[in-house]
Amino acid sequence: MTSAKTLYDKHIDSHTVCKLDDDGHVLLYIDRQVLNEYTSPQAFSGLREAGRQVKRPKTHLAVVDHVNPTASLRTAEMPDEGGAQQVSYLGENCQDFGIELFDILDQRQGIEHVVAPEQGFIFPGMVVAAGDSHTTTYGALGAFGFGIGTSEIEHLLATQTLVYKRLKSMRVTVDGILGTAVTSKDLIMALIHKIGASGATGFAIEFCGSTICNLSVEARMTICNMAVEAGARGAYMAPDDKVFEYLKEKPRSPKGEHWKQAVKKWRTLRSDDDAKFDEEVKIDASCIQPMVTWGTSPDQALPIQSTIPNPELITDPHVRNDTYRAIEYMGLKVGQQLTEIPISHAFIGSCTNSRIEDLREVADVVRNRHVASNVQAIIVPGSTEVRNQAESEGLADIFKKAGFEWRQSGCSMCLAMNDDVLQPGDRCASSTNRNFEGRQGAGARTHLMSPGMVAAAAISGHLMDIRKIGQEV
Amino acid sequence: MKPFNIVNGKAAPLLAANIDTDVIMPKQFLKGIDRQGLDHGVFFDQRFLTSGEPNPDFILNQSEWQESTFLVVGPNFGCGSSREHAVWGLKQLGIRALIGTTFAGIFYDNCQRNGVLIIQLPENSLLELGQVISNAKSNEIQINLQEQQIKLKDNSVTHFDIDHLRKTALLEGLDAVGSTLQRKELIDHFEHKYLKTNPWLQ
Repeated sequence: MTSAKTLYDKHIDSHTVCKLDDDGHVLLYIDRQVLNEYTSPQAFSGLREAGRQVKRPKTHLAVVDHVNPTASLRTAEMPDEGGAQQVSYLGENCQDFGIELFDILDQRQGIEHVVAPEQGFIFPGMVVAAGDSHTTTYGALGAFGFGIGTSEIEHLLATQTLVYKRLKSMRVTVDGILGTAVTSKDLIMALIHKIGASGATGFAIEFCGSTICNLSVEARMTICNMAVEAGARGAYMAPDDKVFEYLKEKPRSPKGEHWKQAVKKWRTLRSDDDAKFDEEVKIDASCIQPMVTWGTSPDQALPIQSTIPNPELITDPHVRNDTYRAIEYMGLKVGQQLTEIPISHAFIGSCTNSRIEDLREVADVVRNRHVASNVQAIIVPGSTEVRNQAESEGLADIFKKAGFEWRQSGCSMCLAMNDDVLQPGDRCASSTNRNFEGRQGAGARTHLMSPGMVAAAAISGHLMDIRKIGQEV
Repeated sequence: MKPFNIVNGKAAPLLAANIDTDVIMPKQFLKGIDRQGLDHGVFFDQRFLTSGEPNPDFILNQSEWQESTFLVVGPNFGCGSSREHAVWGLKQLGIRALIGTTFAGIFYDNCQRNGVLIIQLPENSLLELGQVISNAKSNEIQINLQEQQIKLKDNSVTHFDIDHLRKTALLEGLDAVGSTLQRKELIDHFEHKYLKTNPWLQ
């Protein structure tokens, strides 16, 4: 009997060391891990206390990204004691266990999920785990990535494996042509809105369809990155020529004969034609509008031309209560037009949207325009390499001229673990991934959207439809 | 890890949907290199007023639910960031088990690794349980992992399912890394073959 397999099945089967039971648990071999300064310390301490070693140090790469300041002038100093301790302990751990580290002054430093693809650290067919939920990003390269906690980091460092339970499979097929100024961010936000913040809990999502094929590799990363906001523990796409082209000249990609062998193998990485998925979702890309979140969960999102929903019309009492609470926290009114919501801050950055293509999209909106007088607008590039490239392309000059602060790289105001923290009542248009209560600062309010939409909001001073830019009276 | 067998205690309801790990453990408590002192950070923005005083409206500050051992939670609890600090904090606060319909994947695994039991119930049973423990007179329950039972104050019993692998690890308080290292030869053998077949990964 032959059984057709999904690409997810193939990823898991090819990495299974042994079966652990009949409930779907396996010991899963992991190819690569990326480490950061804030979720790894206790994992290394665990190894030290038990006198254990790192099994394959070369398969791990450490980056400082979460706690560092992003002020324009880069220094090695951390402004607070806790952050300083985390950065110095990461250095000590990498030194003692033989792991490569991109420290704060390294020209390759940046947000882990921007840096790892940029350096060619991730290839198709790999299974990757890391102590950050947005590890799903690597699915865009035909790898399978997922986030883990600190105990699992320790387990992975010591054994190169994880005890893993096989997920259910969901296929999201996207066909049709995205409208003008509608991006992959709008696509993934529309999906999260459609299936809910736990719509893919317990699932691995395969994205496919003509729309996905037509997207750039960077745009695909935005989709896989944010799939976790629908609860997906992993999201991936079959690798294609665009991925191979993207990887070809990267510093750590296979070279020579190895490259040829690898590409030959990578071309086989796709779901079998008759593979069965536990769930199927179809999306018509031509119907997607520019999206913004109005609430405190990523699924509380609507097309920009909508109004704040009326909780009275919601039948499910729990959803109704959650809606009331979100409207209250966000300081909005039922029936209010989304385009009437004024902002105090605009943030462009994060592992979701801070790559060079995102910055080009922003530059196209803000060229020869200026940030509204009551808005503080900052751009934090995803990596130092992205920053350097944006400078060499002249984008940085456009941003600065338009009144944006042009920063150094890091996670920054996406989760506000560094000094980029909003105050209570501040309202931010943000190209990030989470609009949770207090995410960008206690009492602060976050509206998620594409980088171009953030740029448009920064210019006009309120949420707006990017397609109307230049048409305002 | 402390084994989990029969645990008695109060259960507190936190039934809103999508309670995320940013809310469970806000960013200002993530700056340590150890696991200490995280009980103070749990639900910080909801548990404390800006003055620093306990917020009397928050369930865990109300005398009937203070020192609860269990939380009965809404769907998708623990979504968002992978921060295990959320689980360390809950555990330090004395929480031994969480009961809900659905949990975010990373949070679920983090609980398991820390000996915090997660019980998943169908929506109807969960709502019923939520009602029962929302009444201060019936908020004391018993969880028996061996028997896979939740016993209420009126002695009625709700059964729950759990994978054998997870159950054993919790009952015995197993060290996961130590257990896996017992399979080191198997891992080495796999690795050798795998890297030979995929030489660009060496």
